[in-house]
Amino acid sequence: MFFSFAVRNLRRHWIRSALSIIGIIIGVVAIASLGIMASSINLLLANVITDVGDTLVITPHTAIGETFTGDPRTAVDAAIPAREVEEIRRAANPHRTIPVLQGADEVEFSRGEGGYAQIIGLAPEDIPVLLNIAKGQYLRQNQPGALVGTHLAREYGISPGSRITVGEESIRVAGVLTERGLAADINPDYAIVVSDTWYESHFGVGDGYSMVVVRIGDIAEIDRVKGVLENQFNRREEVVDIFDSRDMLRQYEEIYQQITVFLLGIGGLSLIVAAVNILNVMYISVTERIREIGVMRSIGARRREILRLFLYEALVLGLIGSIVGGIASAISGYLISLVAVEVFTAGTTFGEGFTVFNLSAVGYIVFGIAFGIGTSIAAGFYPAWKASQLTPIEAMRHK
Amino acid sequence: MPIIRFEDVSKIYRLPAGDVVALDHVSLTVEPGEFIAVMGPSGSGKSTLLNMMGCLDIPTSGRIYLSGQDISGLGDDALTRLRRDRIGFVFQSFNLIPLLSAVENVEFPIVLTTGRAESRRRAVEVLAAVGITESRFTHTPGELSGGQQQRVAIARALVNDPDLLLCDEPTGNLDSKTGTAIMDLLAGENREGKTIVMVTHDPNVAAYAHRTIRIVDGRLA
Repeated sequence: MFFSFAVRNLRRHWIRSALSIIGIIIGVVAIASLGIMASSINLLLANVITDVGDTLVITPHTAIGETFTGDPRTAVDAAIPAREVEEIRRAANPHRTIPVLQGADEVEFSRGEGGYAQIIGLAPEDIPVLLNIAKGQYLRQNQPGALVGTHLAREYGISPGSRITVGEESIRVAGVLTERGLAADINPDYAIVVSDTWYESHFGVGDGYSMVVVRIGDIAEIDRVKGVLENQFNRREEVVDIFDSRDMLRQYEEIYQQITVFLLGIGGLSLIVAAVNILNVMYISVTERIREIGVMRSIGARRREILRLFLYEALVLGLIGSIVGGIASAISGYLISLVAVEVFTAGTTFGEGFTVFNLSAVGYIVFGIAFGIGTSIAAGFYPAWKASQLTPIEAMRHK
Repeated sequence: MPIIRFEDVSKIYRLPAGDVVALDHVSLTVEPGEFIAVMGPSGSGKSTLLNMMGCLDIPTSGRIYLSGQDISGLGDDALTRLRRDRIGFVFQSFNLIPLLSAVENVEFPIVLTTGRAESRRRAVEVLAAVGITESRFTHTPGELSGGQQQRVAIARALVNDPDLLLCDEPTGNLDSKTGTAIMDLLAGENREGKTIVMVTHDPNVAAYAHRTIRIVDGRLA
């Protein structure tokens, strides 16, 4: 009876009730859909970032403060000389040390199409350690050939057996690589991978390598090897930057968490606005019914029953608003995520087969609904409590 | 045993402008089956007296017994339970709950303790006894005339079969013809054994009572 009484009162002032329900809907939608968006972005990042496992990436130190791999500021002409590479190899033993040559040149594909592309030089025996072949085969020792990144291959219709021209030199494509995404070491999706000997014969022997990758099989070893290398090269001055693949994941996680907190914060803010609205509505409802409360108290309604009556009103507002909001946010979150995926994966294949609705998205909707209901009850509590504390005589005297 | 016994009861309201003595050492008893009118000028303490009888307020000093139970020091919940189970109130302005239908208003006090079906059965029975036709049961107070509203209010006061029926100017908002009908209804309830205490200004209304208590400046006159 209290429940239907509460519903009747809300219906009596239906415009007021509808407005506060809309407030809650907006709040819940904001929280849930922003949460879904954040989790989609995260899923996508997780999808895009190649699990490079237990890798140390050593780059020449470039006195420009804290930078990361791929930062354009590191793309100065610094290099790690072959002598240092050998020192790294000794220090990192028994783990595999892979020196990487990186440059760019004009590349011509079939029918005169082409442009500048990144050229990566690797020792043929190192290539299977870092990269996987989608079509064709790996490079063989002493036999000129190139491996082409998947996006490049797709864009220009390159398959094993085609010929491409790098600079002035024609070279046969031995294989096409699988998609690798954002990795801590090298990103060959838009690049051409050649053997180190071909690279050096093409570009000439330079003053060193642009980076050295150390593959460490055992996670527990990473910190030890890192320590040894730091100790050996950076004791007196910073000679190299040693980048742990876990650092990158950590950085992404940090960014993701900041995005999540930020988006949820905006959502939370709108729910607070909704809560203030409920507080206001409940306050009006209590104030204009003080006499009625007095009558109910004088004919035997106890304080907790009055409290319950008004909490029901807040609960009904919260329930309707939150459930409608939950449904709306499922829809809008889905659409937002679709757009986000579209934007983030433009030109790649990562978005394919990507499901927007996963457990955490549902979790955010449930969280939004629960938060909406909770906020409504919390906002309704003070006016309800105030109503219940009136003495019947005072309340009935109220005009 | 008297229904109500006041022993040297005083009520003092402490206001910023100074203390107001609403009741000044009042002693009285109400025996079962009595029909008492309380008369006196405005501000004389009639309402305070009625509120204390109705367990709405507790005395500053002195003792009040309801059917032998000392209620002077009870807390809010205990007083509320006494109002719910032992007291019936009829107000000048009816004070029905506007959102509830006639029958829901009547069952309100007992639905708090009794099952719905039983509450409804009892509410219908009492409504019929006060002369409300069944077609009006689902009407809200706004759809009823003043006399009908007061009948519904009386039904609400009687639904818990109270020891004591308290009426505060029950005819004050009604025309004389309707007022007479309401007084006949109350007198009928009294004949069937209900104990009634009624505050009124109107000597014609007071004439229905068997005994009149006059109160002036918080003292019995």
